[in-house]
Amino acid sequence: MKLTRTIVTEEGWNQASDRLANGGLTLLGLWGDAPCVYMALLDEATAEILVLSYACRDGAYPSVGARHPPAIRLERTIRDLHKLNAAGAVDTRPWLDHGGAPYAFLPAEGEGLHQIAVGPVHAGIIEPGHFRFTANGEHIVRVEQRLGYVHKGIEALMSGATLDDAAKLAARTSGDSTVAYTYAFALAAEAALQIAPPPRAVYLRALMAELERLANHFGDIGAICNDASFALMHTQTGILRERTLRAAELCFGHRLMMDVIVPGGVIHDLAADGPARLEELLSEIRRAFPPLVELYDNTASLQDRTVTTGIVKPDYARQYGAGGYVGRASGRNFDARRAVGYEPYSHLAFKVPVLDAGDVNARIWIRIREVEQSLALIDQILSLLPTGEIQTAIQANGKACEGLGLVEAFRGDVLVWLRLDASGQVARCHLRDASWFQWPLLETAIKDNIVADFPLCNKSFNCSYSGHDL
Amino acid sequence: MRKTLFESMTRGPLTEPPPAPDEAGLAELAQSVNRAARAKLGRSLSIRHVDAGSCNGCELELHALSNAFYDLERFGLRFVASPRHADVLTVTGPVTKNMREALKRTYDAMPDPKWVVAIGACAVDGGLFAASDVVEGGVKDVLPVDLHIRGCPPSPTELLKGLIALLERAA
Repeated sequence: MKLTRTIVTEEGWNQASDRLANGGLTLLGLWGDAPCVYMALLDEATAEILVLSYACRDGAYPSVGARHPPAIRLERTIRDLHKLNAAGAVDTRPWLDHGGAPYAFLPAEGEGLHQIAVGPVHAGIIEPGHFRFTANGEHIVRVEQRLGYVHKGIEALMSGATLDDAAKLAARTSGDSTVAYTYAFALAAEAALQIAPPPRAVYLRALMAELERLANHFGDIGAICNDASFALMHTQTGILRERTLRAAELCFGHRLMMDVIVPGGVIHDLAADGPARLEELLSEIRRAFPPLVELYDNTASLQDRTVTTGIVKPDYARQYGAGGYVGRASGRNFDARRAVGYEPYSHLAFKVPVLDAGDVNARIWIRIREVEQSLALIDQILSLLPTGEIQTAIQANGKACEGLGLVEAFRGDVLVWLRLDASGQVARCHLRDASWFQWPLLETAIKDNIVADFPLCNKSFNCSYSGHDL
Repeated sequence: MRKTLFESMTRGPLTEPPPAPDEAGLAELAQSVNRAARAKLGRSLSIRHVDAGSCNGCELELHALSNAFYDLERFGLRFVASPRHADVLTVTGPVTKNMREALKRTYDAMPDPKWVVAIGACAVDGGLFAASDVVEGGVKDVLPVDLHIRGCPPSPTELLKGLIALLERAA
């Protein structure tokens, strides 16, 4: 992937912050690699990605978050993990480090307000995180998230790891996006080492990515409806999800297709009867899914829960560079497959659905439309699938190098930035889930909704805890 | 909606025959489960789940247990919302430092008799994350574990085998 890293002075760093603040650029990532801090920027007009680095002075760099709020949690993370301070930061509380003093939640003042503390252990089978609601009766005036409970030190473990071991860690950053993470990691490694995977592997990667997208969209469309107590949809889409995972296992040897994509290619070729199995899967989905869409569209009691609930304002979606269905349901026309156009997507025809309403309903419709697009993409991939090798040998090139990968996971763009040392080991790897820029918008979306609609809103985002907590 | 429901009635169930209990699981459980507890529970166990640091892969497969193909509830096993209602605690992930306290409190909130099932490669010994400074290790480093179900993640069938073994021994 095209990558230019520019070493900047304080002036250059601040200019970038200003361009973020005035909307000229979108923040793709902000991370530490002591003694430097790095910032990845996207120019949406030209689809160009820029990476800036700034050498900290006395362990500090000028705060980006003070001018551009989407950077605030990233700066708090950099302080926790790398001991580098953002000078002039507006929020200096720790984020992933839970070791210090009791956490100070932001205050909300007014008559008749009470707090509801939820988590980190939730009622369902979901990941842990804490939500602090301030409400007046049923009406929420503020919700504040506290995350970091599943912080496993992934990036620290990657430093000094071999490329193979680091790829396995990348695969376990967020299990629901394991294909997308290994895909982005492989692209970053291949960009750093300037090698290209064989054409067949390029198409197989996209095939896996679309199967992963289908499985997650099916599961979540049903789960959102289930949070509105409409269990029938959950049952029916659960069947489609299971069929998709079974097809994935038959084709690639693992239900979630974990560890199949590696730097240099893929390690498991499509099974001999894979194309036939996938044709069966596609025809079953094309038979079973449209009636479910109709059911969703025609059930007034369900629509009553999803329409106008949990609205993300388009301005926020743009400011935060919100990826995936969260951004696209709020008017942000961005999909890494289209915008950055990595292979093989530049050779495939697909539409990027965009809506403006920004509510739970719009996020469901984006996913419904994306299911249809993924089906069409799988058709094309199967008909264009090249023959030949599936892996190119990886060799260290004897000098330190850097690479970046940006891949569209089901919930949005995953960014991987990688620095390898001369022996080909990982010196530093940064993984940025789409959730970083979606979690804060959930706080804005829930305001003025009722407490009982929070699960519905939360599920319609389905942000990753593990992908965020690292 | 009526059409979908009617179709479901005429097409027959998707639910598959249960797998045999996991032999290694039965052996591991032989030591931890006593006869008195079995008599009280009457072949039904309530499960409370805690993710103590998982990548969420194990959670996806735990969810799959409730789909039409595996139908966990036919075995008398069900997930409950509160540890106060639970007989079994399933735990995934390496236990992170940040989740240790919440995990222990969940366990302490459960009434006796109770069992702990560690699910997935990370829950056994920390897995790929064992060497991390911010990880405590496997579940056994924090709680007494009665049964391990291995895999990354374990498939729904492997999960069922382990949980049926628990049911054979415990309830």
